[in-house]
Amino acid sequence: MDLEILRETLLLERHNTRLVVLGVTLLGGTAGLIGSFLLLRKQSLLGDALSHATLPGIGIAFAVMSAMGLSGKSLPGLLIGATITGLLGVLLVLAIRRTTRLKDDAAMGIVLSVFFGLGVAILNMVQKIPGQSSAGLESFIYGSTASMVWSDFYLIVGTLIVTTAVTILILKELTLLCFDSNFASTEGWPTLWLDVILMGLVTAVTVVGLQAVGLILIIAFLITPPTAARFWTNNLKHMLWLSTIIGAISGWLGASISALYSNLPAGAIIVISAAIIFLVSMIFGRARGVLPRYLRHLKLQKKVGRQHLLRSTYEILENTQSETPLKNVPISMALLRKHRYWSKGELPKLIRQARAEDHIERQPSGELRLSESGFGEASRITRNHRLWEMYLITHADIAPSHVDRDADMVEHLLGAEIVQQLEAELELAKSEIESPHAI
Amino acid sequence: MNWTVNDLHIILVGSLCAMACALPGTFLLLRRMSMMGDAISHAVLPGLAIAFLVSGTRTSWWMFFGAAVAGILTALFTQWITRFGKVERGAAMGIVFTTLFAIGLILIKQSADHVDLDASCVLYGALEYTPLNLVTLFETETSIVQIPKAAVVIASTLLFNIIVITLFFKEFKMASFDPSLAKTQGFRPMLMHYLLMTMVAVTTVASFEAVGSIIVIAMLIVPPATAFLLTRRLSVLIATSMTVAVLSAVLGHLSSQALPYLLGLPETTSSGMMATAAGFLFLLAWLFGPEGLIKKQTGELEKPPELELED
Repeated sequence: MDLEILRETLLLERHNTRLVVLGVTLLGGTAGLIGSFLLLRKQSLLGDALSHATLPGIGIAFAVMSAMGLSGKSLPGLLIGATITGLLGVLLVLAIRRTTRLKDDAAMGIVLSVFFGLGVAILNMVQKIPGQSSAGLESFIYGSTASMVWSDFYLIVGTLIVTTAVTILILKELTLLCFDSNFASTEGWPTLWLDVILMGLVTAVTVVGLQAVGLILIIAFLITPPTAARFWTNNLKHMLWLSTIIGAISGWLGASISALYSNLPAGAIIVISAAIIFLVSMIFGRARGVLPRYLRHLKLQKKVGRQHLLRSTYEILENTQSETPLKNVPISMALLRKHRYWSKGELPKLIRQARAEDHIERQPSGELRLSESGFGEASRITRNHRLWEMYLITHADIAPSHVDRDADMVEHLLGAEIVQQLEAELELAKSEIESPHAI
Repeated sequence: MNWTVNDLHIILVGSLCAMACALPGTFLLLRRMSMMGDAISHAVLPGLAIAFLVSGTRTSWWMFFGAAVAGILTALFTQWITRFGKVERGAAMGIVFTTLFAIGLILIKQSADHVDLDASCVLYGALEYTPLNLVTLFETETSIVQIPKAAVVIASTLLFNIIVITLFFKEFKMASFDPSLAKTQGFRPMLMHYLLMTMVAVTTVASFEAVGSIIVIAMLIVPPATAFLLTRRLSVLIATSMTVAVLSAVLGHLSSQALPYLLGLPETTSSGMMATAAGFLFLLAWLFGPEGLIKKQTGELEKPPELELED
C-alpha cells in the first residue's frame, strides 16, 4: 500500500503531490548547474551568506506589504524583498573583501550572522503586528513544501527557466572566469560583472528555493551535487550534466518522500539524499574518488618497484662483466641488496612479484637470474633511464652526479612515443647507451 | 522604557557569552576559519537531539556532551573530506554541516509529539527568560544577590576558554601565524586545531540554551573582525575584540528595547539585536577605523607594517 503510493508519487501520478515533486526536482537540477560554477570559483559558502541575508528582506517586505494594506504573505513580494537584501549581502561581502585586510571567510561570516540576526529581530517585530497573520514566515528558515500552490509553482519554474537560459548563454564566459579569472581580465573580459551575474543567478535559485527547502538547507543544493559530480569527471560539460542530474535526483527523492510522510521535512530528506550520493561519489568516483585514486597509486608503485628491481639486476650484470654482449648470469641476493636502497621488506616482495610475472627465476643455489623476457625488459628499462638522463644532462643542464635521482622520478612515466622523441633528439636510436655516471 | 534588574541580567548573560565567543573567535579569524563557527553551531543540532532523546531532559550533561561531540565531529569530517577527497574546505564544511543539521531536523520532527525541543530554540535561545531561572550568589540579612543560572554556565565556559588560551598562548599564536614553523618546532598545529574546535563547540553548546546560535555565530566572527580593522598586535586584538563583544551585547539589548519603541513597533528579541549591534560596530570600524574607507578616500593612509608575530 505504502509502496504503491510511493511509486505513484515518484512517477508524478498523484495529483496532489505532482506539483511539489516537479518543482523541487527542477529546483535541484538548476541549483546543481549553477552551484558547479560556484564550486569551481571556490565560493561555495557564499551561498550560505546569501541565503541568510535574505531573511531581513522577507521581514521588511512583509511589514511594507502589511502597511500598504496588502496581504503580507504574497510570495512574489516576499521574494522581491529577499532578493534585495540577499544581493545587498553579497555585494557587502565583495566590498569587505576588496577594501579591508579581512579574508573571504570573515567577510562571509560577518554578513551571514549580522543579516540573520537582523532578520530574526525584524521577524520578531512584524509577527506581533496586530491584524496580520504572519504564521508561516518561519517556513523560510526551515522550509515547507506543503504551502506551495499553483501560482508559486509558475513563479519557481519561470525563474528556473530564465536562470538556466542565462547560464547556457554565458557558459563560455563563466567557464573562463572559473578556470582562470586573471587570464580572463587580461583578455578584457569584465570579470567583476561576470562575478556579479553569477551571484545574481545564485540569488535567483536561492530565493525561489527558500520556501521549499529553507534558507539553511538550500545551500546544500548549491554545494553537494557539484562536489559529488566533480569526483566522477575532469570534463566541465560532463560535470555540469552530472551535477544537474544529481541535484534533480536529490530533489525528486526528497520531495516525494516528504510528501508521503508529513513529519519528514523535504529540505532535510533532500540534503541527506544528496549527502549519500556525495559519499558514494567520494569513495568510488572514477576521476578523483578515494578508492580509484588509491588503486592507481598502488599500480604505479608496483610498476616503479618492478622497474627498480629489473634495472638494478641489469646494472649489476654490467658491473660484474667487462665484455659485451652481456651474458645473463645468476646473481646473489647480497649484491642486489647492496646495489641500491630498499625499504624494509621491499626487496623480497618485489622479487616475489617479479617471479609471478616470469621476469626473474630462482636458481637451485638460491641465486636469482633474469628470465628471457625479464632480460629484454630490464635492458629496455635501463636504456630508457639513460636516455632520460642524457636528455637532462644535454638539455636541462643537470650535473651528471645528480642526474640519477632526477631521472628516477620521471622515467617510470615515459611512454613509447616519448622514448622515440628522446632517441631522435639525442640521435641515439638503436644504440647501446653507457651510464653517464658511475653506477 | 523601564530599567529593571531583568535588563541587567540579560546584559550580564549576553556580555559573558559574547566574551566567551570572541576569545576563540579571534584565533578562528587568524586561521581564516571563521565560517567554522557557523558550521559547528548548526551541526550541534543532531547531538542535542540524540542526547535529548536518550536522557529526556533539556538541562543535562548528556546534552552538553552530545552537542560537543557533534561539534568536534563536524571539524573532523570537514578535515577528512578536505584531505582524502581533495575538496575545497568551504565546500567540505558546507556539506558536513548541512547534512548534520538535516539529520538533527529529522530527529526533532520525528519525536516532536513527546518532546519539548524544537529547532528554533537552538537558533533563538531564550535570552528573555534567563532572569526567570536564578541562583543565589550570596545572601546577607539585608540583601540577596542573585544571578541567572545561565550566567554561571557561560561564565564557567568563559573561564575555561581563558585558561586554555593562557596556557597555550604561544602554541596558538604560532599555529595561527605559521603552521609549518609550528610543526617543525614540535608544537603540533593539528592538536591546537582540534583544541580550538573543542573550545568553539563547548562555547556554542554552553550558550545555545540561553542565547541561541545567532549570538554565538555573530560573536565568534564580528567582534574579532572589527578588532582586526583597528589593530595589528595580537594582545591588543584580543582585548579589543572582547571590548567590542561586550559593547555589542549592551548596545544590542538597549536597542532591542528602544528601537521598536521609536519605530512604533512591538518589542523584539535581544539576541537578534545583539548580532545587529555587532554589525553596526563593525560598520563604524570599517568606515572610520585607522585603515577605514574614509581615510582611504582622503588619501591619509600610510602603508602600515605587516601584522607582527612578536608581542
